[in-house]
Amino acid sequence: MKETAANHLENPTNGNQKHLIEFESVTRVYGTGLASMRALRGINFYIDAGEFVAVMGPSGSGKSTCMNILGCLDVPTEGAFRFDGVDVGKLTPDQRALLRRHYLGFVFQGFNLLNRTSALENVELPLIYRGASRAERRRQAMEALAAVGLNGWETHTPGELSGGQQQRVAIARAIVTHPRVLLADEPTGNLDSARSREVMELLTSFNRERGITIVMVTHEADMARYAGRRIHFLDGLIDNSHESPGSPGISEV
Amino acid sequence: MIWETILLAQREIRRNVLRSSLTILGIVIGVAAVITLVTMGDGATAQVREQISSLGSNLLSIRPGQGFHGPGGARDAAANFDIKDAEAIGRDVSGVKAVAPMSSQMTQAITGNRNWSTTVTGSTNGYFQVKDWPLVSGRQFTESEQNAGKAVCVLGSTVKKELFGSQDPVGNSIRLKTLSCQVVGVLASKGQSGFGSDQDDVVLIPLRTFQRRISGNSDVSYIYVSARDSGSTEKVQADIERLMHERRHIKEGEDDDFHVNDMQEIMSTLTGTTRILTALLGAVAAVSLLVGGIGIMNIMLVSVTERTREIGIRLAIGARGSEVLMQFLIEAVVLSSFGGVVGIVIGLTGAAVGASVMNMPFILNSGIVLVAFLFSAAVGVIFGYFPARQAARLDPIEALRYE
Repeated sequence: MKETAANHLENPTNGNQKHLIEFESVTRVYGTGLASMRALRGINFYIDAGEFVAVMGPSGSGKSTCMNILGCLDVPTEGAFRFDGVDVGKLTPDQRALLRRHYLGFVFQGFNLLNRTSALENVELPLIYRGASRAERRRQAMEALAAVGLNGWETHTPGELSGGQQQRVAIARAIVTHPRVLLADEPTGNLDSARSREVMELLTSFNRERGITIVMVTHEADMARYAGRRIHFLDGLIDNSHESPGSPGISEV
Repeated sequence: MIWETILLAQREIRRNVLRSSLTILGIVIGVAAVITLVTMGDGATAQVREQISSLGSNLLSIRPGQGFHGPGGARDAAANFDIKDAEAIGRDVSGVKAVAPMSSQMTQAITGNRNWSTTVTGSTNGYFQVKDWPLVSGRQFTESEQNAGKAVCVLGSTVKKELFGSQDPVGNSIRLKTLSCQVVGVLASKGQSGFGSDQDDVVLIPLRTFQRRISGNSDVSYIYVSARDSGSTEKVQADIERLMHERRHIKEGEDDDFHVNDMQEIMSTLTGTTRILTALLGAVAAVSLLVGGIGIMNIMLVSVTERTREIGIRLAIGARGSEVLMQFLIEAVVLSSFGGVVGIVIGLTGAAVGASVMNMPFILNSGIVLVAFLFSAAVGVIFGYFPARQAARLDPIEALRYE
């Protein structure tokens, strides 16, 4: 039986959806009354399994809000965000935590590794919440670190690693659970161009070889070029004038 | 998962050793104080009990006057007993194992060039029985020595030590006032009584000898009675009171001019007093445990704020609020119970040292050790819950953005 998000939830909705990720008239309003701010004004898009999508747009265009909803950290004020057919807006916070645990991986601009904790332990962290045994965690974490080219750096703490290495540890932490979707929030924002290229090549390889769907927020057109498709945000809406028609999944480089 | 969390908590604690030690200091002091006070209190209670029971087993003492509670002067007015009263008790009261009429006086005991100020007590062989007091050498008085009022004596171990050192005094003679008497036996050492006096500082002579040669009258100051079994002391006490009413012509409704004390009663009063003191001191110490708990809450709140970003990461990668709550709660409990263990070790060490300095028995009360440990763990749960809930309720988006 194919594993679906619905399997992990107590009240699954129907799972007969074509697309892995669907945004349907999603709005997100912060605050109330006169002080309210409409970060998303009713957006519609979908992402299929195996795609590599770049999300672009100026600051305040709503792309971060969109990523928070995609990451099941936030819910739409109106409209529906469906992940593998599950309406995430209707889930409890604990159910959303389970969705994140089993299907999502996060990579952040600021790496967000635990300080004074070895690379290996950082990568093991998501496995702890999945209840993996100690030996199993070690094995999978070693494997993930090897996959990002950090053999021999397992015992180093973030303070002892360069920015590029830290981001690779973060990527290892994101992929160690074999997520269906990897969400990257400006993963190269703190790196120089050479390190940025290494990180993008890593992400691309995981997308191609492991079929991990990647949604990446970026400001840099160079980095967005690695993605198979770009979604542009402007003032809380999707700006279709930029939409690239390319087929999903395969990068252009 | 729980085990993982405990390991994690332990690593967090080790990461900041100085702060962790200061955090648990309150708990350590609180637990150590409770353990020390209660353990030493138990030792004191046991000591009091032991000393009182060393006075004799199932002992009743009968004194003229109105006992401990009577108004001053009543005792002087009351007539002393005489030896016939003691004989009557032995004959007419059932359940009596032994009766010892006694009279005492301070006097100088002299032998050769040594002298020692001691208490000379006149009594019968019943004395050895009621006081449950064996001899280490020599013998008790003979029947004829008692009846004829011969000049013989049995020494307490203190008197023996002062007058004869390590020599065996049996066969030698000592002088009490003008009376020169032969030592026939030496009592075993009993140590201090519950009231601080040295029980071994005594010279025992036959009652008749005492009356004729020391006091010059036929009075008996008090009578000790030993009941056959501990359950019957109340009945024996009532019987003695009835017999004495008759013998001393006290009519119903009149005040007694004598008093019968039950040593068990005294014992329970005294041990009850030390118990109450122990409980009070323990309660005062328990307050410092609460203070320690507040210290833990304070540091845990700081820790949650400091680790906001870490909490955000954990929530983002799929930790549920309840799991974050558990993590911080367990951290608080591990901290506080570690403090409890350290406190127990310090407390028991302190109690052992205190007991040896104050010459008291050291009694390990495993109950209070267990209670102290559970209490310190409970302090962690109670005072760790609020900070842990703060952590669990963080919004992951805000927490990830926190600098």
